[in-house]
Amino acid sequence: MSRVTNLSRRDFLKATAAATGALVLGFRLGQTAQAAEAGDIIFNPNAWLEITNDGDVIIQVPWSELGQGALTAVPMLLADELEVDFDTVQVRKAKNDPRFGNMGTGGSRSVRTSWDPVRTAGATARVMLVAAAAEQWQVPVAECEAKLGVITHKNSGQSLTFGEVAAAAATLEVPEDIALKPRSGRTIIGRDMPRKDTPDKVIGKAEFGCDQRIDGMVFATVARSPVLEGTVKSFDDTAALKVPGVRQVVEIATGVAVVAEHSWAALKGREALSIEWDEGPNAGLSSKKISQRLAEADPAAAPVMREEGDAKTAFQSANKTAEAVYELPYISHSPMEPMNCTARITGDRCEVWAPIQSVTWGQNVAADTAGVPRENVTIQPTYAGGGFGRRLMVDYVAETVEIAKKTGLPIQMFMTREDDTRHGMFRPTSRHTLKAALDANGKPLAWTHHLASPSISGQLNPDRFADGRDEGAVNGAENIPYEIPNLEVTYSMVNTAVPICWLRSVYNTQNGLANECFFDEMAQVGGHDPVELRLDLLPKDARLRGTLERAKKEWGWPRKLANGRGQGVASHSSFASHVTMMAEVSADKNGWPTVHEILCVVDCGPVVHPDGLNSQIEGVVGFALSALLREEITIDQGRVQQSNFDDYPMMRLDEMPAVKVVTIDSEDDIGGIGEPGYPPLGPAVLNALCDATGVRIRKLPLAGNLKA
Amino acid sequence: MAQLTLQVNGKTHALDIDPETPLVWVLRDHLGLTGTKYSCGISECGACTVLIDGAAERSCSMPVSDAVGSKITTIEGLAGTDLHPLQKAWIEEEVPQCGYCQPGQLMTAAGLLNKNPNPSEEEIVAEMSDVLCRCGTYLRIKKAVAKVAKGGKS
Repeated sequence: MSRVTNLSRRDFLKATAAATGALVLGFRLGQTAQAAEAGDIIFNPNAWLEITNDGDVIIQVPWSELGQGALTAVPMLLADELEVDFDTVQVRKAKNDPRFGNMGTGGSRSVRTSWDPVRTAGATARVMLVAAAAEQWQVPVAECEAKLGVITHKNSGQSLTFGEVAAAAATLEVPEDIALKPRSGRTIIGRDMPRKDTPDKVIGKAEFGCDQRIDGMVFATVARSPVLEGTVKSFDDTAALKVPGVRQVVEIATGVAVVAEHSWAALKGREALSIEWDEGPNAGLSSKKISQRLAEADPAAAPVMREEGDAKTAFQSANKTAEAVYELPYISHSPMEPMNCTARITGDRCEVWAPIQSVTWGQNVAADTAGVPRENVTIQPTYAGGGFGRRLMVDYVAETVEIAKKTGLPIQMFMTREDDTRHGMFRPTSRHTLKAALDANGKPLAWTHHLASPSISGQLNPDRFADGRDEGAVNGAENIPYEIPNLEVTYSMVNTAVPICWLRSVYNTQNGLANECFFDEMAQVGGHDPVELRLDLLPKDARLRGTLERAKKEWGWPRKLANGRGQGVASHSSFASHVTMMAEVSADKNGWPTVHEILCVVDCGPVVHPDGLNSQIEGVVGFALSALLREEITIDQGRVQQSNFDDYPMMRLDEMPAVKVVTIDSEDDIGGIGEPGYPPLGPAVLNALCDATGVRIRKLPLAGNLKA
Repeated sequence: MAQLTLQVNGKTHALDIDPETPLVWVLRDHLGLTGTKYSCGISECGACTVLIDGAAERSCSMPVSDAVGSKITTIEGLAGTDLHPLQKAWIEEEVPQCGYCQPGQLMTAAGLLNKNPNPSEEEIVAEMSDVLCRCGTYLRIKKAVAKVAKGGKS
């Protein structure tokens, strides 16, 4: 046994706690002896890394691969410090593992919360491997160097592979105070490494949730109440059981499940069910009523979420004022892979395979539903065919485990597109009333924003949010980045029975849009150029300001445009990243836009995987533009009115604008990249549309609302 | 139920099956070819696209009985001894994000090139707009197809 330096987990824990926020990644180091699950793992200094006796380097990734590239970018962090050939690194989707703490993928956290701990994990392993080699050679550690998975003794030229010293390294104490590489020493971080998941995804071998096939597995569909929160009064399964291939029909908490040998039989069986529903208290609920409640929310009674100066007094001395109301609809995540889950209960154990974001929550729900101890539940995340926040909810895990328990069969429950849309958990609708008071120079003296919306936290935890204060719901509104002396942000929590959850960038989608559109309205009233007024009001040292300055230069703002075209800008910080977008649009005679070009300037600190970042920005431009153009979930008689891509149309290639991405790559604090591109897209386009047509759109989506 | 014979990726499969079963479920549940994806079931999204005698078709809306006598190619059969030029272009351009729609994108592109080996950008956009991608990989899809169209089929 040899001691590299003093050992302690303090620094790891400190780095982890600082970096992870709500989702704590627990590290336990020095776990060399307990890698029992795979016989050939001989070096396992932390939860992330395994080296086998064949010299294979395996990196476990506790972040679900939803398409955002976590399965590539996170291993890049470790491999860079480990000094291994990235092409030879194998990556795995980690099962639930207490060493990773609470596992959940959201908040654009995968890379940014891995930044310090995962690089440190790689560096620590490298130091141990090098120390083991030095000890074998009886030479000073300082004379040895690791590169591409091989340790070389500089003076003698001797070399050993990681695999050859892994067993010896495993006997060493885990060192502390490991220095990370300077930026100049990085060989993998910051490079366009090939994505680990791409090859399997182009040959049809990538296994998504619905592609799981386990012994004896049968398929299940669930007939759920058409009315929100309705329940089964009675049902007749005589005809369903006669459908060839149907094995069982069971009632579960959310409806009636039909279990069959094949998907088609399960669907035919469900069609043959006769169910009488108790529609419950929501049969009268409608979008119209919800909009009315939002409009009636009293700003005077709303909790004040931020207050600077005295906005009321400032309005009395205003030279001019601006005022506007913005209304946004419920929208659906609608990932291409509908919700599904595969589960098997064997004795007091429960195994789950799922395209899932909330691994730990899924584990807890599976345990409670199956009636087994939590430690007896295994959750194997699969590739997810998109997530966008929908798979943070675990309703589909609970249903599947309940069906498996009631039938005694290994089950794959799948939703059809209609199920997935009608039983979605939507981005909340919202209504924003904004007012600005301007001085004689057209500069803002005061800004007030009253927002009314359902609260995700409040609907999920009514007791905890009984005071009506939800900090999350004002995210992107209360932290308005501009220096305005008098500010007031108030929030009216208007909860309903419509299920809601987090959608990509969450409340920033609405609050960022309302803020950045109204900013332009204010600039117009005050007679200012929207870029110059932003620059005037952003603090000199704000990173957001840096993105705006860069965008102005890249774009050549204000650009000379062809007749009929308009340009727009929006800047927004979220998930610790800072983004400015500029848009060029034209409109047809009805005011319907064609978006020609989007410029996106991003400051997320260090750029780990440049092409992955570009891909995320291109993608989120499409995702956010799709919502802006046509996406809307409406409710009537307590029912979600949309069901499939014909009545919930999503944007296609023919409407996709050109996208140019510019990054301000630095060593500033690292931010996320999956979500921060969403908030500025909508307002940049709407501001450009207003520039082109003179018409200010304040109600979304554009389809159906152009004649405002 | 009916006795049917299907030709998929060069192999013959005998099935005893409800002839109304959409082809997508037969491929996935009966033949274990899970590369073909279900997403909408109503021919709106194109995730389930396969080649029927070389032409791109929606397997979610095609009763299996209609596919009898045709050569069916799925994503698993797109490559020969080497990857299809489209698959190579998809890798070079790092097209996929979540990847769920990509089999349908690739089979739609393959169908396009079968009928029109050198499509213009407008023709690529028109054809590929049939297939939804929620991740928004559209620009890369366009680029990858154009790359192969320009290079011709190897």
